[in-house]
Amino acid sequence: MTVSTPTDLLEVSHVAVRFGGLVAIADMTFSVAPGKIVSLIGPNGAGKTTAFNVITGYLRPSAGRVLFKGRDLTQMSPPEIAELGVVRTFQRTSVFNACTVLESVVTALHLRGTTELLGAILRRASVVAEEQRLHSEAEELLDIAGLSHRADAVAGTLAYGEQRLLALAMALAAKPIMLLLDEPAAGLNPSETQKFMELIRNIRDRGVTVLLVEHDMHMVMSISDRIVVLNNGQMIAGGSPQEIQNNPEVIRAYLGEGLTNVKG
Amino acid sequence: MTERGIASILVVLLAVLPLAVNNQYVLFTLTSAGILIIAAMSLNLLLGYAGQLSLGHVAFFGIGAYVSALCSLGFEFYYGAESPLVVPSQPVWLALIWGIVVAGIFGWIIGKLAFRVRGAYFVILTIGFAQVSRMVALNWVSLTNGPMALNNIPPLSGWLPGYGVVPLSGRVENYYLVLAFGILAYWIISRIVHSRVGRALIALRENESLARSVGIKVTRYLVLATVVSAAMAGGAGAIYAHYVRVIDPDVFLFIYTVTMVIMVMTGGKGTLLGPVIGGLIFGIIPELLRHMVRPELQLILYGVAMILIVFFLPQGIVPALAKLGDRVRRKSKIGKTGVLKDSLTT
Ligand SMILES: Nc1ncnc2c1ncn2[C@@H]1O[C@H](COP(=O)(O)OP(=O)(O)OP(=O)(O)O)[C@@H](O)[C@H]1O
Ligand SMILES: [Mg+2]
Repeated sequence: MTVSTPTDLLEVSHVAVRFGGLVAIADMTFSVAPGKIVSLIGPNGAGKTTAFNVITGYLRPSAGRVLFKGRDLTQMSPPEIAELGVVRTFQRTSVFNACTVLESVVTALHLRGTTELLGAILRRASVVAEEQRLHSEAEELLDIAGLSHRADAVAGTLAYGEQRLLALAMALAAKPIMLLLDEPAAGLNPSETQKFMELIRNIRDRGVTVLLVEHDMHMVMSISDRIVVLNNGQMIAGGSPQEIQNNPEVIRAYLGEGLTNVKG
Repeated sequence: MTERGIASILVVLLAVLPLAVNNQYVLFTLTSAGILIIAAMSLNLLLGYAGQLSLGHVAFFGIGAYVSALCSLGFEFYYGAESPLVVPSQPVWLALIWGIVVAGIFGWIIGKLAFRVRGAYFVILTIGFAQVSRMVALNWVSLTNGPMALNNIPPLSGWLPGYGVVPLSGRVENYYLVLAFGILAYWIISRIVHSRVGRALIALRENESLARSVGIKVTRYLVLATVVSAAMAGGAGAIYAHYVRVIDPDVFLFIYTVTMVIMVMTGGKGTLLGPVIGGLIFGIIPELLRHMVRPELQLILYGVAMILIVFFLPQGIVPALAKLGDRVRRKSKIGKTGVLKDSLTT
C-alpha cells in the first residue's frame, strides 16, 4: 500500500470514524502529493463524505491523524483549517440563498480581508480600499467560473448547475492550497460536466491540489492523476487510473460492468 | 428608491415635525416609540442579520436602564462585607455610558453561551435570563428599591445655544435627543452590515457550515454581534430611564421583548428600515386606537393587524414594498423596449 513520502501535502493515517455502533470508516490511510488531482472513489456509503468531514474539521475521528504540511488537523475547527488552505465543497448544493452571486463571493473572500468591528464603523479610506479590492477579486473569480453574467442574481434562484459553479467559486475565494470537491458534477448534464472538468484542470494548473470525490467514472478516469478506492470504510487500492482499471479487487468491489464501458 | 433615500426623507420629516405639530402628547408618543425603535434596531442585528432569536432582549434594555439610573443617583452596594461599597452620584452622561458598557458585558456572556446552545435552547436561555434579571430587580431591594421603583432619576443634560448646559427635561428636547440617538444607531448598524463583519453575520444566518468552510469564525462574529446589540439596547434603556425618570422592575416584562420582535418582524427583519417602519406602526397605532375604540377592542385590533401583516407579508413590509418597486420599474422598462420594438417593426 502507499508509503507516504515527506513531500506529501496531506497524509491521512489510520483514521477511524464510528457513529454509535456503525463503522463509517474502519481504518483509512492515504496521502496526497502536491499539485495533483487525486480522486477518492467507492460505492455509496463507503465513507467518502465522512473522510472529507474529518479532513476539514467537521468531524473528530475516533482514531488516527490527518497531517497537512506536517500539522495535525484533527484538533482544529473548520475555519482554522480553511485558514491553513484546506477548503471543501459540499455534496448537497450549498450556497447563501438570500445573497446575490457577487455578494456570496465577496462574503467567501473573508480570509482575504482584515476589517473588524471598529474599522467597519469608522470606515476609513483603507477599509473602503479593501472593499473595492474584494469586489474586484470577486469579479475575477466569477469570470473564472463563467458566472459574470449572473453577478446580480440571487443565489437561491440560480439553476442547479449555476449553483454548483457558485459553490466552486466561493471555495476558490478562500484561496485553497488544497481543494476538496464532493461530487461536483452530480446532476450536471454532459456539457456542464465537460465545463466543470476543464475548470478543475485549470485550478490544478494554477497550483491548487485537488481531492475529488466523484461517481462519474468517465470524469474520474480522464481527470485524475491518482485514484484512491474505498470500500466499507477501508482503502482497498490506490494508483494511477490505468492501474485502478486493471485492479481485479477494484473491479470486483466497485467498478464491475461499468469499467468495460469506460475502456470501450 | 434606495433604503438610504427613504431613511433621509424620514429623518427630514421627523426633524421638522415638532415645528408643524407642537403637541406635547404627539411628541411624547413619538419619543417613546423612538426609544423602543432603537431597541428593535439592536434586536434586528441579531435576529435579522445573524439569524439568532433572542427572546430576552428586554434584559439588556432593563440592565442599561437600571445601571444608568443607579450611577446617576449614586448607590450603596452591599456585597457581604461589613460596610457597603458606596458609589457617589455620577454625571448623567457618564452614567449612560456605564449602562451601555454593563449591558454590553452581559451581551458578551450571553453570546459566549450561545456558542454552546443554538436554536430553541438559545431562545429558552435568553427568556430565562430576562426573567432572572426581573427577579433581581424586584428582590434586591437595597440596591434597586424593588417594586417601589427608582425615582427622581435626573434627566440627560445638553448644551443649548444661548442657555449653556441645561437639563433636557422638556418634550421637544427629548424628542430631538431620541431622534439623534436613533440616527446614530441606524448609522452604526448600516456600517456594520455593509462590511466584512456584517457579511460574516449574514453568512452565519444563511448557511453556517458553508460559512465555516470559507474560514469565517462564526462564533466570534456572533459574540461580537451580541455585544453590539446588547450595548445598543442598553443605551436605549438608559435613555428611557432618564426620559421617564422613574423605573421599576416592570421594564423587564416579556411583553416589551414581544413588542420589539413584532416591530422587527412586521417591518422586515434583516433590512435597515424594517424596525423603523414596523416600530412607527406598532408604536403609534396603539396610541391612535386608544382614542377611537374601547380598550378591549384595542388589543384585539392590535393582534389582528399583526396577524394580517405576518400572514400576507411574511417577509415584512419593507421587503414587500421593495419587491413592488422592482416590479413597477421592470414593467416600465418592458414598456419602453416594447415601444422600441414597435418603432423598429413599423
Ligand atoms: N452523521 C452521521 N450519523 C450517522 N451515520 C452517518 C453519519 N454520516 C454518515 N453516516 C454513515 O456513514 C457511512 C458513510 O457515509 P458517507 O456519507 O461518508 O458515504 P459516501 O461514501 O459519501 O456515500 P455517497 O457516495 O452516497 O455520498 C454511511 O453508512 C452513512 O449512513
Ligand atoms: Mg458522500
